[in-house]
Amino acid sequence: MLASRHPQLNKHGELIHLLTLEGLPRDVIHHILDTASTFLSVHEREVKKVPLLRGKSVFNLFFENSTRTRTTFEIAAKRLSADVINLDIARSSTAKGETLLDTIANLSAMHADMFVVRHGESGAPFLIAQHCAPHVHVVNAGDGRHAHPTQGLLDMYTIRNYKKDFSGLTVAIIGDIVHSRVARSDIHALSILGVPEIRGVGPKTLVPGDLAPMGVHVYHDLADGIRDADVIIMLRLQNERMTGAMLPSAGEYFKTFGLTPEKLQLAKPDCIVMHPGPINRGVEIDSAVADGTHSVILPQVTFGIAVRMAVMSIIAGNEA
Amino acid sequence: MKILIRKGRLVDPASGRDEVGDLAIAAGRIVGLGRVPADFQPNRTIDATGLVVAPGLVDLATRLREPGHEHEGMLESELNAAAAGGVTSLVCLPDTDPPLDEPGLLEMLKFRARNLSLARVFPLGALTRGLGGEALTEMAELTEAGCIGFSQAEAPIADTSILLRALQYASTYRYGVWLRPQDAWLGRGVAASGPLATRLGLTGVPVASETIGLHRIFELVRATGARVHLCRLSSAAGVGLVRAAKAEGLPITADVSINSLHLTDVDIGYFNPAMRLSPPLRGQRDRDALRGGLADGTIDALVSDHTPVAPDAKHLPFGEAEPGATGLELLLGLALKWGEDLKLPLAQALATVTSAPARVLGEALGSLAASAGRLADGGVADVCVFDPRERRPVRPERFRSQGRSTPFDFAFSGFELPGRIVATLVAGTVAFEAT
Repeated sequence: MLASRHPQLNKHGELIHLLTLEGLPRDVIHHILDTASTFLSVHEREVKKVPLLRGKSVFNLFFENSTRTRTTFEIAAKRLSADVINLDIARSSTAKGETLLDTIANLSAMHADMFVVRHGESGAPFLIAQHCAPHVHVVNAGDGRHAHPTQGLLDMYTIRNYKKDFSGLTVAIIGDIVHSRVARSDIHALSILGVPEIRGVGPKTLVPGDLAPMGVHVYHDLADGIRDADVIIMLRLQNERMTGAMLPSAGEYFKTFGLTPEKLQLAKPDCIVMHPGPINRGVEIDSAVADGTHSVILPQVTFGIAVRMAVMSIIAGNEA
Repeated sequence: MKILIRKGRLVDPASGRDEVGDLAIAAGRIVGLGRVPADFQPNRTIDATGLVVAPGLVDLATRLREPGHEHEGMLESELNAAAAGGVTSLVCLPDTDPPLDEPGLLEMLKFRARNLSLARVFPLGALTRGLGGEALTEMAELTEAGCIGFSQAEAPIADTSILLRALQYASTYRYGVWLRPQDAWLGRGVAASGPLATRLGLTGVPVASETIGLHRIFELVRATGARVHLCRLSSAAGVGLVRAAKAEGLPITADVSINSLHLTDVDIGYFNPAMRLSPPLRGQRDRDALRGGLADGTIDALVSDHTPVAPDAKHLPFGEAEPGATGLELLLGLALKWGEDLKLPLAQALATVTSAPARVLGEALGSLAASAGRLADGGVADVCVFDPRERRPVRPERFRSQGRSTPFDFAFSGFELPGRIVATLVAGTVAFEAT
């Protein structure tokens, strides 16, 4: 077999796209997080802008609807002084029969500099990165069940912010891991950063044994899974999974795997609780936990903008 | 037309012949094997010094894409691809549009194929109308029109009572039924279930899809006595079940595709749509079991599973890409490569694409039953002449097939294959000749 370069790196090993966190060198992740912390102060300025992407056009290509993620990318790009174009592809060109690559070719011809892509199919941003013009950078804003690398990075930023060091942590990821791109990106990043104990917690329909090769210890009991955890990452349970063959009901799920203040007692006293949002109160998480002292759910959102600014400014500075 | 192929290494797996000699052809038949008749005056002589002269290949799984998918392949382009691949007889699947479920469609296909004078085409008829898995087709009529057996192609029959009836009915007339062992529901994913699919976030097809399919077929074969050919095994567990069923004496045969024989799910790499195949590529242990099963005869034949797919249908995210790969022009090279990898004699590697698939077809070959897939004195002159040593990179842009998508593309796989085809003869006529 021919060795092939990872499509998100140039020949110098620099990041030109962000497609996945899998296989990223540890120092690249720390560089992104360090850069993000310099951007955090931008939010507090009177003029919340730096000119790093002035004159650049960032296209938000959301083949799948997500107002929240799209908005955070839009804010991040605007704080870098880029021009932002939002395209709701789900309702425009592809509905008229245009293929994905034709859409990309057309937008490239409009001199886009960066595509922020959300797509329902795993791997779609790879296809786009492999076929777009060489000067265009691609950021994966979530593809199918595969990856959500900026969410993974903002989660790492959050953990580093509160825990400083990754090397002694126990991190429990709870919920629908099988369908979660966030969980996959978190798992890759946590193992790259040297977290010794990564747990996947949930019923067998949502947490398959195949996760073990990714370095995940699988637990099918919430109490066992969160015992002595330093970090708990709750995952959103999609509405369509709440009834049917994956789970019998939202109520039974909350009873067995919902995070309540009582269950949280099993974790370390200084444990932090994270959630990529939007949260389902009373399904995966009790309101008392979501709004409680351990919760860092809202700081995650703030960090998310800084992390996305860091990612966009770094990849825009590297040439293919 | 009289042709003399001189000084080639005549390799005939069926008879065990493996010796340097001449091959004389007249009026479409082999009239001298090893020795040329004294008064033989050829119109044409092909020098085969240093080359292998073998029976033309018999491929049990191809899609010619007519009718209905002409943008992906035409009868002419695909039969030319067959000739360029040394294939002189091929079985085509009924999953055309409309499916091959009416005698008129088959007559037209047979007629058009005959006029091209390239590979012989043996169509499988649809087992159920429109491949819908609900109502039986007119099997006797379809057989009269030229069907050599019945198949659902990739469309599973979900309702077991209908599969039972189909096997009962087919076995009444001793028609062969060709089934891909798969569960209608578990078979719906896009990659093999396992760590790789989980890591990439692709929906999985568990091995249980194949093993449940096999168990179901075996039970119905026991009940009906139907003769079933199992298409494209993909798993180690599947190979084990077929081995046991054959030991029990069930009237079954089986094949494996060139893709599953050489590749694993790891080759999907960064979502390469060329690796989107059905059945999906599985793990290393599965591939090794398939290789071993083909060597010990558990799996009878190696097939190309030739499926020309238009570029537009492949340049899509992995899960949306159309499954399938072109394969006719790679069948010989990949059979030989498998033989080399397992250090098997040349004749054994050739048998998997000549005599063994011909035996699977058996009496369905009609008058060709005694000579297809073999070099026989007095038999039809379906011959493939190739260079066993020269290795060439797989370059899809040089294919004759309209389908250019293959997981063996040198550009990303690095595959170089032995067995450059020098000439292919069908019924004593040169159907392909390397320039």
